[in-house]
Amino acid sequence: MSDNPVFERINQEIGGNDVVLFMKGTPVFPQCGFSAAVVQVLNHMGVPFKGINVLEDMEIREGIKEFSNWPTIPQLYIKSEFVGGCDIVREMFETGELAQAFADKGIELQDA
Amino acid sequence: MSTQDAIIAKLQDGLAPVSLEVENDSHLHAGHAGSPGTGDSHFSVRVVSEKFEGLSRVARQQLVYGLLKEELAGPVHALAMKTLTPAEAD
Repeated sequence: MSDNPVFERINQEIGGNDVVLFMKGTPVFPQCGFSAAVVQVLNHMGVPFKGINVLEDMEIREGIKEFSNWPTIPQLYIKSEFVGGCDIVREMFETGELAQAFADKGIELQDA
Repeated sequence: MSTQDAIIAKLQDGLAPVSLEVENDSHLHAGHAGSPGTGDSHFSVRVVSEKFEGLSRVARQQLVYGLLKEELAGPVHALAMKTLTPAEAD
């Protein structure tokens, strides 16, 4: 399983950036409603994040699903830890758990 | 069997849910990028099961995704989920 070469690239991305969103499209032009919803939450909270457009990289698109054992996009990572997809991000935002998760991991929020 | 019926049958089987609702939302997504336009691609599920007790949100959804592996490898493109324990559903 760990011999999948794309896992190394994924580890570099999620290790090198505090908050990473694997998504369809870009943060400015999301190409899927679920990806757009997560971008909206992150922007609303003022969280700096790196968006990775899986539509431009088939290897990552398939690899990330295996990496996280999660078959759909978007996928949010905070400090290398998989947080969830659109439903989970939205739920955690509504309950305040997402803000807590960013605080716990020392991610500073900018005034949105 | 329709995709919706297959989803219901597999979740009934795998989760013995107290309550289960599966809706086909495909019409809401027709025509967007990557949407196959089959009318069988987007579903939302609300499921209440004791099997979620003690599991994180990620683990709960992974459980559902695991049961619907074939559907997700086939016609189903997106699955919105609410996964609750009986206590949380009250």
